[in-house]
Amino acid sequence: MNMKSLRFIIPLGVFALLVFFLWRGLRLDPHEVPSPLIGKPAPSFALTRLDDANATLRRDDMLGKVWLLNVWASWCGACREEHPLLVEFSKTKAVPIIGLNYKDQRSDGLGWLNRFGNPYDASIFDQNGRVGIDFGVYGVPETFVIDKQGIIRMKHIGPLTPDVIDKRLMPMLRKLNA
Amino acid sequence: MATHGVIHRPKPSPQPSPRGRGREGLDRGVRRLWTAVLLSLLAFGAFAKDAPNAAADPALEARMMRIAQELRCLVCQNQTIADSHADLAVDLREEVRVMLRKGESDEQVRKYMTDRYGDFVLYRPPVKATTWLLWFGPGVLLVGGLLGLILLLRKRTRMSDDRFEPDEADGVEEEVRT
Repeated sequence: MNMKSLRFIIPLGVFALLVFFLWRGLRLDPHEVPSPLIGKPAPSFALTRLDDANATLRRDDMLGKVWLLNVWASWCGACREEHPLLVEFSKTKAVPIIGLNYKDQRSDGLGWLNRFGNPYDASIFDQNGRVGIDFGVYGVPETFVIDKQGIIRMKHIGPLTPDVIDKRLMPMLRKLNA
Repeated sequence: MATHGVIHRPKPSPQPSPRGRGREGLDRGVRRLWTAVLLSLLAFGAFAKDAPNAAADPALEARMMRIAQELRCLVCQNQTIADSHADLAVDLREEVRVMLRKGESDEQVRKYMTDRYGDFVLYRPPVKATTWLLWFGPGVLLVGGLLGLILLLRKRTRMSDDRFEPDEADGVEEEVRT
């Protein structure tokens, strides 16, 4: 190849590379920040149940089970979007689902579950959002998969979709329960 | 701020009507105005929550703000925790205050944040293998560009005159010579 044609091919190559990266960039979601908690023990918590201020649920109560922690709130629009799917999913009894009712009022949270259905085996009440902060929650709804040893294995930010359940959640649950 | 899923306030209901015609357009305008008023009230709310803490200890507040200015708010990603009025940012500022009051170092505060939200919260990311490109890439490009330029210029000085197209002024001289 002679120098003359290189003069055209190099800029063209650089341009193609730029287009590729910009194109990729369009598809990335900057709101999906990889969680540093994956592969680490779930932060310990002891919170009262949403439906019973006298009953406490602790992280260690869930040891030995693979379980889902779904962060939700009655003020959260995207949780409404996700909810029917979660209710449907809970009927498969694939995994215990614990709700973390995040920065909500007890009555609002309970009212919301009454109106739209309750997919949760239990919801715990995180009124000041401290446990949410420990879990690195920044965009409700968020869903965590926690294994039998209490290690966080997966996190999904934003509403669950049928696609996420089929392609990420179910394979992960099968692997952890195997 | 709100793209998919990452919503910290209820979304307005979708508007089926085509935009801005007759009465509907007027209603829309009024509704927008109300939204603006409500949003600004929310912003005041955020100030109001911070204000009593700020007055209590100006030195601590200044130190908190200095740290918060280098932390990204994950809800409104292009704002720092110091700037943002998102609920989470208000909570995290309070968290920083509590930690500083307990006598923890700036480093401990930053570790608390990265443990939960990852290096992405730091506006000044740490230098490590995965961030070398980020830190040194621009310098490498600059030095590489300069080296390339110097090499090119030196090569050109060694070229004989007849490799170059004559300048216009030279051209005149040349015509005179021939």
